[in-house]
Amino acid sequence: MKFSESWLREWVNPSLNTHELCEQLSMAGLEVDGIEPVAGEFSGVVVGEVVECSQHPDADKLQVTKVDVGDEALLDIVCGAPNCRKGLKVAVAKVGAVLPGDFKIKKAKLRGQPSFGMLCSFSELGMGEDHSGILELPADAPIGNDVRDYLQLNDSTIEIDLTPNRADCLGIKGVAREMGVLNQLDVLEPSISEVEETTQSTRKIDLLAPKACPRYLGRVIEGVDMSAPTPLWMKEKLRRSGIRSIDAVVDVTNFVLLELGHPMHAFDNDALQGNIQVRFAEQDEPLVLLDGTEIKVNADTLVIADEQKALALAGIFGGLASGVTQHSKNIFLESAFFSPDDILGKSRQYGLHTDASHRYERGVDPDLQHRAMQRATALLLDIVGGKAGPIVEAVSTQYLPVRNKITLRQQRITRVLGQEIAAERVHDMLERLGMHVEATETTYTVEAPSYRFDIEIEEDLIEEVARIHGYNNIQNQAPLSHLTMNAHEESKLELNQFKSLLLNAGYQEAITYSFVDPKKQVALFPEYEGLVLPHPISSDMSVMRVSLLPGLLGALSYNQKRQQSNVRLFETGLIFTPSNSEKTGVEQTPYIGGVLAGNTHDEHWAIPNTPLDFFDAKAICEQLIALSGKAGDFTFESAVHSAYHPGQCANIMYKGETIGQLGAVHPKHQKLLGLNGKVFAFELKLSALESRQLPLAGTISKYPVNRRDIAVKVKESVETGKLLKSIEKIGISDLVDLNLFDVYQGQGIEPGYKSLAISIWLQSTEKTLEDSDIQGSVDTVVEYLQDHFGATLRD
Amino acid sequence: MQLDAIKSEALAAVDAASTPQELDEVRVAYMGKKGKITELMKGLGALSPEERPKAGQLINQIKQSVQGSINEKLQTLKDAELNAKLAEEAVDVTLPGRSIEAGNLHPVSRTIARIEQYFADIGFSVKTGPEVEDGFHNFDALNIPKNHPARADHDTFYFNPDVMLRTQTSGVQIRTMEAQKPPVRIISPGRVYRNDYDQTHTPMFHQVEGLMVDTNVSFAELKGVLHDFLHHFFEEDLKIRFRPSYFPFTEPSAEVDVMGKNGQWLEVLGCGMVHPNVLRAVNIDPETYTGFAFGMGVERLTMLRYGVNDLRAFFENDLRFLKQFN
Repeated sequence: MKFSESWLREWVNPSLNTHELCEQLSMAGLEVDGIEPVAGEFSGVVVGEVVECSQHPDADKLQVTKVDVGDEALLDIVCGAPNCRKGLKVAVAKVGAVLPGDFKIKKAKLRGQPSFGMLCSFSELGMGEDHSGILELPADAPIGNDVRDYLQLNDSTIEIDLTPNRADCLGIKGVAREMGVLNQLDVLEPSISEVEETTQSTRKIDLLAPKACPRYLGRVIEGVDMSAPTPLWMKEKLRRSGIRSIDAVVDVTNFVLLELGHPMHAFDNDALQGNIQVRFAEQDEPLVLLDGTEIKVNADTLVIADEQKALALAGIFGGLASGVTQHSKNIFLESAFFSPDDILGKSRQYGLHTDASHRYERGVDPDLQHRAMQRATALLLDIVGGKAGPIVEAVSTQYLPVRNKITLRQQRITRVLGQEIAAERVHDMLERLGMHVEATETTYTVEAPSYRFDIEIEEDLIEEVARIHGYNNIQNQAPLSHLTMNAHEESKLELNQFKSLLLNAGYQEAITYSFVDPKKQVALFPEYEGLVLPHPISSDMSVMRVSLLPGLLGALSYNQKRQQSNVRLFETGLIFTPSNSEKTGVEQTPYIGGVLAGNTHDEHWAIPNTPLDFFDAKAICEQLIALSGKAGDFTFESAVHSAYHPGQCANIMYKGETIGQLGAVHPKHQKLLGLNGKVFAFELKLSALESRQLPLAGTISKYPVNRRDIAVKVKESVETGKLLKSIEKIGISDLVDLNLFDVYQGQGIEPGYKSLAISIWLQSTEKTLEDSDIQGSVDTVVEYLQDHFGATLRD
Repeated sequence: MQLDAIKSEALAAVDAASTPQELDEVRVAYMGKKGKITELMKGLGALSPEERPKAGQLINQIKQSVQGSINEKLQTLKDAELNAKLAEEAVDVTLPGRSIEAGNLHPVSRTIARIEQYFADIGFSVKTGPEVEDGFHNFDALNIPKNHPARADHDTFYFNPDVMLRTQTSGVQIRTMEAQKPPVRIISPGRVYRNDYDQTHTPMFHQVEGLMVDTNVSFAELKGVLHDFLHHFFEEDLKIRFRPSYFPFTEPSAEVDVMGKNGQWLEVLGCGMVHPNVLRAVNIDPETYTGFAFGMGVERLTMLRYGVNDLRAFFENDLRFLKQFN
């Protein structure tokens, strides 16, 4: 909410400067968001009266005036404003005046006529946008007075950002009350007198939805003069509070809204048919709003209607047909209490956010309607005249909010705040806040005032006490608590361990959005339907990722487009796959994945440039797996998947379940994903890696280890990994290691075959192996390979 | 006379030898089976018994002297040879080493890791949870009933009225308290989502929330913990203030500001005493236990700590940006 500082000071005027006052507001929970001067920097501008005004002899749009500024002589001033006229009180920038923007006023000649100053518009004084004409001061403005003093322009517009619970401060009245409590000052309210009823005209009100609207006040005012302008003082208060002047009626309702925090609405009484009805709308009931928008109202929305049709969205926005216009003669003024529950979310439904809805959503004082009505009537009659009828009130007391009594324990204050606050001080604070307090030695029974409907429980009162005492006056303390040791399961790997491994292998950690471009995701993973965001930021962030790849490949592409040729990125996070077994309809699984492109190393004087290939991607997967100490439980199986190159893709299997994939990204995706060159990717389900085998120490043999190398020729199609794994399973007791040290195709090997060179390491824990033992084991391996893989031993 | 000549001749030959091979040839020439000094030894037999000891002594002296000289020379030559080899093996030590340049944690992860460490030190454990949440864990249990303004203000990404992307990691607190009775001390870092995208908002960002529930947890302790944390995190004696605010799940609630280098207060944290309704929602008696909770925006802290100006840089993953955080 924006308001004028001087307006606030009319209510309560602590001896604080602007900065201190704002600091105090912020520290009381009414956070000040901005402080702006209400006018530009200027000097030398005084009140003057146009005593002569005639047409410039040589310029159609200029007038030649004589202006009385209280000096001995009248000033000759040439003015171009259409509203310049004889008898007008104006703001005169005399010669020597300095206007905003360091604009100095000098003697001038305009089309031959001398001019000793300038008559100023609002915009020329930095008082808003209006430059349609010169500023018109009230007739009683004293000639010669400094305009800054006269208009009290040494004022600031203060904007406060209120939390949703502090609806009571959405008006000057509420803010003033807070300042009063904080400074222990009394608050001066303007006296609001009952307006004399001078007509008996009324309009009946039917409360057809009493729960949503427990109180509705209406009043007819007859014979208003809509041509009467809003007085400058009111316009200025509105302007300094961020509200534009429209016409007297709207201005008055806005003034009351700002002053008391109570929204009001005015109808053209002659546009109404029969009784006023406060009811829920018919489904799709048509309504043209004040701004001309046609809407269809939903049945959950409260409307103000007459006997024919809906007139306005209750508490949100008025309708065009029943709105007050320049031609209105009689008006019907509304002052109502609508339940926040029935207003909440409604303005959003229609894409509206108004000053009224903002207040009704958060809550308006349910006891304020009469006062607001009296205030508005009195102000209106002063401006537009007319005769006020009696106030008609429709009320359903059973639905009006009820204030509960709250018990506040002195000891609980100490316990929650960790500091004792003197009982007398607590009592005083509560009373200044408008609470009704009954105190015993240890407790207070408190009833909050109608405008503090946010106060419901003991803790709310404790917060009030802490707030007024000042949070920063509560001493910091080190917590005292029961020490409990955290479990650190050794058999569970921390995520950081996987991250460290990847970092050391040259991977940079990335964080990409969890929502991705559905076009790209579907191309890579057509088998999944990602969870769609009904209201995304943009279409390329509209579906939840089913894999880390779309995001990571996006980041890779981003970097390739910025001349980064060697890129390795990894990410950890959840992927979201639809699942009927989950309550939310989606399974959320932690994954770790990476992408890599370019060479194995950055260009280096001692390292040949070697392009990355499948086995670089596989190596990092193997290292991640090795951390878990369960390498034996994982296998890589060749696979076909739309994301990957059909000949360079593997599923990563753990105990029979596919827990990941790796491979070269299928070149067909290059264009769509904006990739350049060969790109590899991998991702694994973290849960398969997380549990680790605890070490179990075995005996180290003291006998020598024996190495025997064999070379076997097998068909090209034989999967080497399976062949090696099967050797381990033959059951050779002394086999301690096995290493594939060469794979060869070419001269000496006929096409369609390959040669595998394998070293076999044999060692016994009981004896030095004899040649015959060793040869026996080697023969067993060779025979096994012959039988199961059609291998032949090469010489 | 002949002896002296042989000696000087041999010593000269030793001196002249420039390789171990040449030196060995000298040794053979003088002390081999037919070497000149060996021959002299053989010639001793021809001398009279009176002359023999003296001559023998002399020849021996010569032999030892030559042998000594050979040994010495051999060492010199070996040293020279080794030095030559070492010289040949000399490298330009200023050349860059052969390694893979290690990557870095993303700055957001780095900040989270630091925050975790501070709180782990005082007995907090780290908990994580789902990002697609149900209404109970994201709102209801946090004292945010349907139609609550806070619910509308959240700019929530809904999938349907009861399923949404979490707007805070508080659901983790609820799950923890459902599973574990006090004392509870946890922090929950993670991704959160709001439907907002401009200079200062990204639709996804990170939060670390903390929760401590025990028999006598107080607001003064909350202040103490956060005060210490901010001082340690920024490693600076910052000005800090606690400002009253509002969150449905805490009462009293506060926002915490730190004084920036430009003399402006900057909001870095929200916190408060856990609302009794939140404790009740997880069957903890608010009369027996009190608690505090806090939440901080990781990106904001990271920006302040490392001078990052553009929030969006965090999710572009530009290597030039990421590599600065080593």
